Amino acid sequence: MLQGQQSWLFSNRPVLLATAVAGGPFEARSAIAADFDILHDDLWLGQNSFEKAEKKLLEEACLASIQKAGIQKEEIQFFFSGDLMNQIISSSFTARTLGIPYFGLFGACSCSMEGLALAAFVVNAKGAKYALTACSSHNGSVNKQYRYPTEYGAQLPPTAQWTVTGAGAAVVAAEGTGPRITGATIGRVLDLGVTDPFSMGAAMAPAAVDTILAHFRDFNVDASHYDLIATGDLGEIGHAIATDLLRRQGIEMPGNIFTDCGVIIYQDNQPVMAGGSGCACSAVVTYGHFYNRMLKGELKRILVVATGALLSPLSYQQKESIPCVAHAVALEWEGV
Amino acid sequence: MEKFILAFVVGGAICVLGQILLDVFRLTPAHMTVTLVVIGAILGGLGLYEPLIEFAGAGASVPICSFGNSLVNGALTEAKRHGIIGVLTGIFEVSSAGISSAIIFGFIASLIFKPKG
Repeated sequence: MLQGQQSWLFSNRPVLLATAVAGGPFEARSAIAADFDILHDDLWLGQNSFEKAEKKLLEEACLASIQKAGIQKEEIQFFFSGDLMNQIISSSFTARTLGIPYFGLFGACSCSMEGLALAAFVVNAKGAKYALTACSSHNGSVNKQYRYPTEYGAQLPPTAQWTVTGAGAAVVAAEGTGPRITGATIGRVLDLGVTDPFSMGAAMAPAAVDTILAHFRDFNVDASHYDLIATGDLGEIGHAIATDLLRRQGIEMPGNIFTDCGVIIYQDNQPVMAGGSGCACSAVVTYGHFYNRMLKGELKRILVVATGALLSPLSYQQKESIPCVAHAVALEWEGV
Repeated sequence: MEKFILAFVVGGAICVLGQILLDVFRLTPAHMTVTLVVIGAILGGLGLYEPLIEFAGAGASVPICSFGNSLVNGALTEAKRHGIIGVLTGIFEVSSAGISSAIIFGFIASLIFKPKG
């Protein structure tokens, strides 16, 4: 329940019962390829548009997570989902396929933890026995909508990031075995005036720092409480800025604890400039890589701070700056 | 050999200007391209671009500013012949081969290939 200013403490400790992640061909060569449940060697997934391919990724991840949870989709009360497409079509069209009562979310790339926090809140408050949360992004569809179609051949600056083609889904349950969702901190929207859509990490870093500080304050903990604190998709530049901003607040984040999903997802030899980004970035790393590491007992307590840049193609063309948000969810694995 | 070096240096300098527009002035690729076309048109109108082509050959005729020069040249030539209406009819006269082939080959490529991502 309400903890401090802007956090929730989930006293009934909802369970992250099952997760599933799907990815595209570039993700099949990533550093965490082994953590994917479904990988495709075709960026189009056999569809005739990138948008349809993204929807298919999201559907696959949702259905796989439901199957792994060992339940029927009719047993799930609510579905929380978000994505980057205009009018969040990937999520809404997937909700049409699933037929589960649906909350559509838009928090850009913070959707993963926004959805998980809300699903956990509802399950914790006994508003549902099972809730499904998911999000997706696709390199082709996102570049087409926000930047330039790839075939236009626009040169990318080194601060740019690579949108992850993938989807992550998780089933949150009142009871069962799995990592527990212990708390969440909902972020404020911050805007420090960055206008460059090819420098998202720099734009989002202050929002991530604000949410991390709020989380530490509300729960009266520090970084040593966690085995791992991961931001969503700041990339190398944003991660360095966030580390620096925290240092200025007197908080030294240990390098072995503080990381970023966008930094760890791809291999060094993949041409991703500053790192990965997109809704799927934090979703596939959390629901795939971190989840598996928790099940193996390598990680006991983690905090995932998903970061989102709340711009639209129109807003930046009209020279508006980029407002950003970050939402944090804490997970805890007690062992079987 | 001197011809090649001049073409490389002048063509390269134009590309450096484009890169500076992208990196320092943070123009979008489309704005950068248009800026170079406008620079070419202004130089062409002042009669400075043709001497540059004579000096650097392909180093000046291949980059996009040459397109601006062609637009102005066509308009001025036709204006001399047909008066003010010639400005309108002449704009694409010199550059029509380039524009038409861009459209036609672009269309053919779109029929054969699928975007890679």
